[in-house]
Amino acid sequence: MAHGAGGKASRRLIEGLFAPLLYGSSAEPLGDAAHLNLNGARVAITTDGFVVKPLSFPGGSIGELAINGTVNDLAVSGARAEVLVVTFVLEAGLPTEILQAEIQVMAAAAREAGVRIAGGDTKVVEHGKADGMYITTTGVGTPIAGVEIDPASVRPGDKVLLSGPIGDHGITILLARGELDLEADLCSDTRSVLPFVEALARVAAPSIRWMRDPTRGGVATSLNELARDCGLGVVLHEDAIPVRDTVRGACELLGLDPLHIANEGQFLAVLGAEAAEAALEGLRQIPGGEEARIIGEMQKQPAGAVLVTTRYGGTRIVDMLVGDPLPRIC
Amino acid sequence: MKYVDEFRSPELIGKTAEEIRRLADPHRHYRLMEVCGGHTHAIYRFGLKDILPANIELIHGPGCPVCVLPMGRIDDGLSIAARAGVIFAAFGDMMRVPGTQGSPLEHKARGMDVRIVYSPSDAIKLAKANPQKHVMFFAIGFETTAPSTALTLQRARKEGLRNFSVFCNHVTIIPAIRAILDSPDMRLDGFIGPGHVSTVIGCRPYEWIAQNENKPIVVSGFEPLDLLQSIVMLLRQLRAGEAKVENQYKRVVPWEGNRAALRAMADVFQLRPYFEWRGLGFISQSALRLREEYSEWDAEKRFDVPGIRVTDPKAAQCGEVLKGVLKPAQCKLFGNECTPERPVGALMVSSEGSCAAYYNYEHRKAALVTSISASV
Repeated sequence: MAHGAGGKASRRLIEGLFAPLLYGSSAEPLGDAAHLNLNGARVAITTDGFVVKPLSFPGGSIGELAINGTVNDLAVSGARAEVLVVTFVLEAGLPTEILQAEIQVMAAAAREAGVRIAGGDTKVVEHGKADGMYITTTGVGTPIAGVEIDPASVRPGDKVLLSGPIGDHGITILLARGELDLEADLCSDTRSVLPFVEALARVAAPSIRWMRDPTRGGVATSLNELARDCGLGVVLHEDAIPVRDTVRGACELLGLDPLHIANEGQFLAVLGAEAAEAALEGLRQIPGGEEARIIGEMQKQPAGAVLVTTRYGGTRIVDMLVGDPLPRIC
Repeated sequence: MKYVDEFRSPELIGKTAEEIRRLADPHRHYRLMEVCGGHTHAIYRFGLKDILPANIELIHGPGCPVCVLPMGRIDDGLSIAARAGVIFAAFGDMMRVPGTQGSPLEHKARGMDVRIVYSPSDAIKLAKANPQKHVMFFAIGFETTAPSTALTLQRARKEGLRNFSVFCNHVTIIPAIRAILDSPDMRLDGFIGPGHVSTVIGCRPYEWIAQNENKPIVVSGFEPLDLLQSIVMLLRQLRAGEAKVENQYKRVVPWEGNRAALRAMADVFQLRPYFEWRGLGFISQSALRLREEYSEWDAEKRFDVPGIRVTDPKAAQCGEVLKGVLKPAQCKLFGNECTPERPVGALMVSSEGSCAAYYNYEHRKAALVTSISASV
């Protein structure tokens, strides 16, 4: 299970097994989408499988995740999603209303994100398998003008931008499972980040070095991957990282670190310092971008690692997530 | 979060850190043990070591429940759960702790019915929802979690719940502190006393530490300011040549403890004559088992338990680290054979275990600092 949690085990699985056998080379940094040149046309392609329990939760459902997740993977690779194809794996006996509701939600999310659904496939598996439904979406996109994502272009002094508060999605899911006798007024943050990425590109395209949507494994895992890929250190200011009080409270209670919690509607970007102010201005002008912050910067040290400076002068290293975040009780 | 923020105020923390520097004798080296794993975790998470002067050394104590659990107990528990129709229920803390054949999570991946619960009463809910199955709650923890197990057992008995049992691994903190003080290689100046445990047992049980061992102990909260204030209180005592029990965590810990919780524990549990602690060996009267009246809910009586004993890997020095004799990074396996992903010793599993805390928050930092100074 840890191999799917987005942390170290996932990375080992991809780099150790999939990449060498399937792509021929594992030396390429593992991005969110592949950019290809097909007969002179540049396209980006990505695919993502969605499994979530429960299927719907405050603020969203598996259908929305399936559309937004793939649109977002393309967006942070510097591409605008144009076309999606969808595969459903359905559990026998899934109520039609649930399926219908998900299809409606997906259609709405696709309209919102400005992406066309061009086709798909459906399989049905035995009752008791597939947790109701699994959805896989594959997306093809076109490059956003002027945006080149490359961890090797990241330099010391570059700024780390975060689009908004973290941890909403992961904590919402944890609470929605109903296993904890905890309730909170909290919604998943699932949304398309494309409008924000495009806004950023309008004001700062040449200064964008790297982007990522910090889904499973959270901000800590995404930034550790960046640190490893570019060989520099990421230094974060704990104070500057936006976390809602409810998320912070739940994390305190359960012994979790918000930096390890999944997000579905945020992205991280590394920008040349010269563009930081303009980038924040640009993002804050669109609804939902008001809480964007510069949360840290790239430095030579600690090379290959992420360091958080606490509010009172202490520091700590934040590693990738190991396995799923498990609540600590005793 | 307002209540927490007050204890994380940079101004107050700065002032308290200054007070510590003023009180600490620069010619003296202080060795203070934080007994509780929650403190260890907080110290690393908030980077408190960066704030303290170099001559104040914090030694990590044995107060991490999964860390002190011998591997044989995990094997025993899993051997019960391997029977048809048994659900193994435990806190998330337990899920990655390795037995000889793998952790509960790994057993789950191989098909065992393993569930994470957030309280023992959730295990009762699970039993009621699965009347055809037997739910075994694998109970761990010090006096912090023992009362909730006791209340759950009282409820199970009252309701006559038949498909539920507890595999009891509850331990008590005082004998562990005694074992550490009896260890000849320990030279401690004082203790940061456990906060959560003390909400149940109160402060009185520590009086012998002050009176007989002549060591100060301050029961502390878990926020940065709590820990720094406790260090101030310890330094004041040391400076005055005193050894007292003090309570820094008054907002939560009553001096007399929680009588209702203690009553529930006394009703359900009795002391075992001895119990094995990982790294510390057998300690007499250091753990709890269910009383005769609760035999029907006692997994050890209800099922045939193999009583597996597993010696820790020879190269692993969990015992020395647990007693504070060695720093985590001084263990031969640390960071190479033993990491949070593939833990050999339990101290590497729980984020409250000193090895995992050190690994996650500190050791790469230490390595980086070395590489920086080497490259200058």
